[in-house]
Formats: sequence, structure tokens, C-alpha cells
Amino acid sequence: MEHVLRRIGAETLRWLQGLGRATMMWAMAVARLPRWSDVSLIVRQVYNIGVLSVVIIVLSGFAIGAVIALQFYTQLARFGAEDAVGVGLALVLLRELGPVVTALLFAGRAGSAITAEIGLMKTTEQLSIMEMMGVDPLRRIVAPRLWGGFISMPLLTVLFNTVAIYGGVVVGIHWLGADPGGFWSGMQNTVELWQDLGKGMVKAVVFGLVVTWIAVFQGYDCEPTAEGMGLATTRTVVMSSVLVLAMDFFLTLLMYGDFR
Amino acid sequence: MTESLGPDTVGSGAGSTGSVNAQTADYLIEIDDLCLMRGEKVVFDHLSLKVPRGGITAVMGPSGTGKTTLLRVIGGQVRPDSGAVYLNGKDVCRMSRSELFEARRDIGMLFQSSALFTDINVFENVAFPMRVHTDLPEDTIRDLVIMKLNAVGLRGARDLMPSQLSGGRARRVALARAIALDPDLIMYDEPFTGQDPISMGVILTLIRQLNEALGTSSLLVSHDIHETVNIADYVFVLADGKVIGEGPPKALRDHPSRRVTQFMRGDPDGPVPFHYPADDLKYDLLSEDV
Repeated sequence: MEHVLRRIGAETLRWLQGLGRATMMWAMAVARLPRWSDVSLIVRQVYNIGVLSVVIIVLSGFAIGAVIALQFYTQLARFGAEDAVGVGLALVLLRELGPVVTALLFAGRAGSAITAEIGLMKTTEQLSIMEMMGVDPLRRIVAPRLWGGFISMPLLTVLFNTVAIYGGVVVGIHWLGADPGGFWSGMQNTVELWQDLGKGMVKAVVFGLVVTWIAVFQGYDCEPTAEGMGLATTRTVVMSSVLVLAMDFFLTLLMYGDFR
Repeated sequence: MTESLGPDTVGSGAGSTGSVNAQTADYLIEIDDLCLMRGEKVVFDHLSLKVPRGGITAVMGPSGTGKTTLLRVIGGQVRPDSGAVYLNGKDVCRMSRSELFEARRDIGMLFQSSALFTDINVFENVAFPMRVHTDLPEDTIRDLVIMKLNAVGLRGARDLMPSQLSGGRARRVALARAIALDPDLIMYDEPFTGQDPISMGVILTLIRQLNEALGTSSLLVSHDIHETVNIADYVFVLADGKVIGEGPPKALRDHPSRRVTQFMRGDPDGPVPFHYPADDLKYDLLSEDV
């Protein structure tokens, strides 16, 4: 019993130490706002993190929009309410699936790449030599990636939602034959700017912040060995995915009020 | 126990006060009563030494004696448990993060792994410190980079990526990058390890030539005796976290301490035994234990 308690205590302390190091890293990197000379570094990261994720976001968005439209249409057609496909599609995407699926894909594509890149830089002593040159890696390497992820994730979510709705239009209207007027007017009448789009984007911003933070920290804090890097990359994807899903529940609870 | 054979102006010498004193001008680095533990292991046990300005100073010792850690302590990357490390008269251990980054601009460092930035080419690697720390126009940076690369014989390789270079050439590029800002001090971490004879000869020559041409001080950490003895002006031998001997390289071969001479001559047996501690061989052979 004592052994178990000691183990739990040690693990808790280890976890708290990790959280402390991650918080310190984030605070030291972001506390100093970017200088004009840092803008090009951030733009490059927006390209690496955001632009290079566009293909997977577009393909997944289209597929998810198409399959949701297919399911909604099949179910709603039984009640003669095919026109409601547009409303259902928009609400499900803007409120939940858009930010959540984008964050999961973001963690898998960009998050793992960030961890592997920083981990490799640490393993090959590139971060260390940078420090010895009088260049702060928190400013040069960590901060641009944090900003890049923070900026990219909401933009990718907007792209995901747009393409997913287009996927729904292709399946619902062009293929299954739903009425375009009902499809679009239902969407326009029901979707609210803040309640649906705005709160969905709040989720995207929070997810972007958390996933990028985890990815950068796992790379920065990894054991400088091949095994350590592999472990850190896996941790990034697993921790990000679990946290995104858990946070989505609590953010929904917090923003959309009392469900009882 | 430390036994100095060198001139009076060099060495760990007694009487270091650990503060900025009149002698500071003679020494670029003063390490005073340095202690560092890593878990249960004692890395430095009240270590004191002084590195003079100019010339090539070597720190030698068997693997695992903390030679690389010593360079990291001097560079402020590792904080000791106690003691002081004065670089140009300022205590590195008490500098703030921003002061440390400022002080490191005067240090060039060559890592064992070269540590070139893998996402940019040779030219950009050498230009990196200039771009970050100076406002020099692009034309000047180009000329300076070409001159630095020419000094290490790799002007023609400026468009190659680090992955296209052999280990020896990568180390030479890293050397060109280390001298990019004409530092006061260049620290070399095991520069000869893993080099073929030609690369070894090139690096040896470069270290000597650069030290003379730039007028810098060089601190070299190595366990390669022959190469180090060839270029070093003064040598410290570390063991068990302390300086066990110091002096000009030739004098150290006849050092009174058997531990120092065993290392300097590369004797397989001596105070550092050939055999791992075990029972008597006869007893082991006659024993019936399996």
C-alpha cells in the first residue's frame, strides 16, 4: 500500500514538474511580443504549420461534409424534411465537428512535425549551439512556432468548415436532389454569428493554443535520443487528441449553458 | 592533489579569491572552487583552474571526467552547485539570462557533433551569427562568409547542404561559423574524435592557424593525447572532478604523479587499473561457484 502511494506521489510530482516546465517555456517564449524582425520567422511557420496542412484539411473536410449530408438526408427524408440538411450540417460543423476534427488533424500533421523538428534540433545539439551563439532558442525556435500554430488553427478551421459545407452541397443538392433554396435559407435563418460561428471559433483558438503548446514542449523537453524523440512525437498526438476531446466537452458545457 | 609544473602566470595556483582581482587581466577564465553533483555522482569536486589569455589551453582526462560539462559550465549552460566561473572578470554563474546571451557573443564554440543547422546551407550557417547579431549589409556579410569559409578551405562548398558534407568537412564549416564574429574565446569540444588522419591534420592546422591569425584564446577539451600535445601551450589533466596535474605538455610526460603519467603515456595499467575490481584470479579459478 505504501509502495503504491509512493508511486502515485512520485508520478504526480513528475507530472507537476512537467507542467511547470511547460508553463515556464510558454511564458518565457510568448511574454516578449514578437519584434519586427521576428515576423518573417512567424510567416515561415504559418506556412509550415498552416499551408502545408491545407491538403489534408480540404480532403477530410470534403469527406466529412459529404458523409454528414448523406446521413442527414437519409434520416430527414423519412419525415419529408430534406431541406433541413443545410441547417443540421452547418450547426454540427460550426459548433462541434469543424474545430474538433481540424484540431485532431492538426495534431496529427502539424503537431507531430513540430515535435519531431524541435526534438531533432535538440538531439543534434542545434538548440544548444544556438544558445552558445547568444541566440535564445525560446525566441528563435519556440515562439515563432507557438504564434504560427495559434494563427493557423482558426484559419484551418474556417477552411475545413467551408469545404465541408461544400461537400454537403455536392452530396445533398447536386447528387441527392435536396432543394437549394430550402438548404441555404434554412442555414441563413438558423445559424447565428456569435452563438454558432463565434463560439466555434473560440474553440478553434483554444485548441490551436493547446495543441501547439503541447507539440512544442514535447519537442523541447524530449530525451535527446531516437527513442526519446519517438516517444515525444507519440505523446504529442495522444495528449493533444485526448485534451481536445475533453476540452471540447467542457467548452461546450461552458459556452452553451445549462443542458439539464 | 594538484601539482603545477608550469610558469607562475598560468595554472590553478593558490590564492585565488574568487572575485575580480588585479590578476584578472592575465586570465580570460578563472574557475574557483567549482562543485557540481549529478545525482549521486560528483562531477566537480572543488575544482579550480585559470585559463590564460591568448594561446591554446587544453583540458584532458579520461572519458566521463566532466570535460564537456566544464565547457558548458563556462558557457553558462550548466549551473554549478557552488563556486564561481569568471569570464573576462564577470561571474558567469551569477549572470541573468539576458546577460548570459550577451556574454556568449564573445565565445565561439565547436561541438563534437558539429551541430550545423540542417535546414539551411553552408553559407547561411556561417552567416547566421552575423545576421542575428549585426546590422551588416548583405554585401559585407557575403564577403565575410566567403573569407571565413576560405580560411577553412570550404569556399567552394558554400551552396551545399550540411547533409551533403562529410564529418570532417561539417566540422570545418562549424569552425568557420564559430569564428564568424571573431570571438575572444573559442572552445573546442573533442575536435579530433571520429576524424580520419587527413581531417585530423586539417583540424589541427586550422586550430593553430586560427588562434594565431585571430589572436584569440582557445580552450580545447580532448582525450586524444598526441594531437592535443602537438598544439596545446598548456594542459590541465582532470580526474575525479579535480585537476590532478597541469603544465606545458612536454613537462607533463615526466610528471611526479603516476596518475598523470599513466594518462599522458597511455599506459594500460597503473593507478587506473586494467582489471575491474575482482577477487584474486587463483581463488576464482579454484572456486567451485559457477
